[in-house]
Parts: sequence; structure tokens; C-alpha cells
Amino acid sequence: MKDRFNLYRFASPATFYPLAGTLIPWFVALSVVFGLAGLWLGMLVAPTDFQQGEGYRIIFIHVPASWMSMFIYLIMAGWAAIGLAFNTRLSGMMAQALAPTGALMAFLSLWTGALWGKPMWGAWWVWDARLTSELILLFLYIGYMALTAAIDDAKRADKAGGLLLLVGVVNIPIIYFSVKWWNTLHQGSSVNLTKSSMAETMLWGMLLMAMCFWMYSIAIALMRVRTIMLERERHTDWVKAELLGKAGEGK
Amino acid sequence: MKSRHKKLALIGGALAIIGIIAALVLNALNSNIALYITPTDVAAGKAPKDKLFRIGGLVKEGSISRQADGVTISFAITDTEKEIPVHYKGILPDLFKEGKGAVAQGKLNGEGTFMATEVLAKHDENYMPPEAAKAVDDAQARAAGKHVSPSSSGDKPKASY
Repeated sequence: MKDRFNLYRFASPATFYPLAGTLIPWFVALSVVFGLAGLWLGMLVAPTDFQQGEGYRIIFIHVPASWMSMFIYLIMAGWAAIGLAFNTRLSGMMAQALAPTGALMAFLSLWTGALWGKPMWGAWWVWDARLTSELILLFLYIGYMALTAAIDDAKRADKAGGLLLLVGVVNIPIIYFSVKWWNTLHQGSSVNLTKSSMAETMLWGMLLMAMCFWMYSIAIALMRVRTIMLERERHTDWVKAELLGKAGEGK
Repeated sequence: MKSRHKKLALIGGALAIIGIIAALVLNALNSNIALYITPTDVAAGKAPKDKLFRIGGLVKEGSISRQADGVTISFAITDTEKEIPVHYKGILPDLFKEGKGAVAQGKLNGEGTFMATEVLAKHDENYMPPEAAKAVDDAQARAAGKHVSPSSSGDKPKASY
């Protein structure tokens, strides 16, 4: 092999651990910048809505959280597929590191949705297809975390959890297209890749907030995966060297 | 074929089968997943008898009439083809308006009036400032060849609160 840049090198925890450590501050900083810009645009610049007044502004949290909750699940399912097919060590750790953030996003989506639904629709909750399938997504996250936590052997835990993730992935298109396929109280999507039915400043505020949520999720997942790596690989030389190095710095 | 590729193919195949099963199940459950039925469905006899169900559609323009007690209201829900008179006593969401979406839960009485126990407002996916909404309305009215009077075009901006 020539000495070209090899991405596979980072599939090993020993090389990924320091890389993640270097990247975390950058993602945190980006998240703060995007968040401040998004909140400024969304809360101060974007105009009042013609039918919902100021109340619509919860969209700047609600939609990014909902997008993230679906996207993180897809990423986890992708890691699960890679882990099951190629037996890679890192993939199970990645899926586990993402799960709590995905659950948080699904919860945020449901919670802000309830707060939004009461004043606009007149109900905190209805059993329509969009709301119900998002609730199932939250249960899938919780179920995945409970299942992997219940199995002591990390390899078997990853396998069982991975199967659950792959079966549950069928829920994601159901969430996304529910407002198209069935009569729901939830309105259709305002934004997709080709069109938007939002005023421009509102749309930009929402996209900036979505970027903020992305960067936050990446940063927090990297932090979590580093902890998982140390725990799972505690008997290896690189972890010992890493911890000894840290202890040496402290003196 | 390497074993890892075989595994990947297996995973792909299993996912496809799960997807097909889910599609069939959802298709079979179609009528149960829908939150509401339309006035056209009711006219076609799809409404359940003696059981609570929801109807949805637009609140017909000019159909709202409030009684003296202030909380009893009757209006019509329409899907522009058929319409159903609705009777309701209770608190309405702020977004409940003529020409806008609404979903009502209740039962049909003997005369074909829907006796609602709950009325929810369904709003659309458009977000814009009042001025833009007015501009859209005016343009639509012009396209329809109607004269826009200041009082009727001022309706939408007032809708914000």
C-alpha cells in the first residue's frame, strides 16, 4: 500500500479515540454558533405568523428535534447493519453512543409537540398516525437501551440491539410519510428537498437550529463513544497507555 | 461469495421482507389508522353506527352560528363535495375559523346532525407573515376575477393574535 490517507485506520478504537477527542471542541463550538444564530433569527428576526401568531415559534425546536430523532435512528440502524455484517468493534459502540441522544430528540419532539398542540389544535395529544409513530420511535430507543444494558456480554448485546434497530427501521418512513398516507390532525410537511411553504427568514432560522442540533448530537455522541471505548477496551494496552498518560499530565 | 457479503445480503433481504409485511399490515389497517373520515365517506355509509368517530374537513364559510349562551355552536363541515351539520357545546381552539380545517369527534343523531363532544382545529403547513398572507389572498382573488374589498382582504391579518 502507498501511504495514501486511509479512512479505515479510524475503525480501530485506539486511533478513533484521540481523533474524537480533537473533534469534540469544534462540534461544540459550531453548535453554539449555529444555535445563537438560529435563536436570534427565529426569535427576534422572523416575522409573526399569519394564523398562529407568536406561538408558531416553537417550530424552531420542534422540527429540528423531530428531524434529528428520525435521522439518528437511521444512522444507528446503519451502524447495526455494518456491525452485523462485518463484525466491526466500533459500530456497536457508535450505535450505543447515539441512542440516548436519539431518545432525547424523540422526547423533545413529542413534548414540544404537545405544548404546541394544546393552543393551536385544542389538544395535547391525539392518536393520529404521525404522533403515534413518533411515540413508537421513542419506545424503540428506550427498548434498544434497555436491551443492550440487560446483556452483559458486549458482543451479544450489540447483536441483539442491532437486530432490534434493523427491524424498527421500518417505522422511520411511516413517521415521515404518515401525514401523506393517512388523514391526520398533524399538518403536512412544510419543507422538503425541493420546496418550502415557509417565509424565508423562518426557514433559515429553522435550518440553523437544525444545524445546531446536528452539531450538538455529534459532539455528545463522540463524548459518549469515548467513554464506552474506555470501558469496553479497559484490558487493552492503548487504554492503559491513555490513562497513564492522563495521570502523568496531571502531576 | 464471502461470508460477510452473504450476511449483508441476508440483512438486506430480511429488511425487504419486514418492509413488505409492514406495508401489508398498514394497508389492511388503513381505515383504522386514519384519524377522521370525510363528509363524503359519511355519505357513502362508512360512518360507524352508535360509536364515537371523527369527521374532518373545512368549516363551511358562513355556516357558524352561535347561540345566546356563548358556548353552543353549530356549523357545517365540508370537503367541498358533501357537508355535515355539526352541533357542539364547549370551548373551541383559537384557530377554529370559517374556511379553515377542523376535526370533530362525536356521533350522528337521527336527523343526520353530528353531535360533537370535541372539536379540534387543523391548520395547514404554511408559515408566513400576515402581509404575505394578504398578498397571496389578493392575488388569488384577482386570479378568480373577483373584486377585493378592503374589509374582506383584511380578514387574514386579523386572524393573528
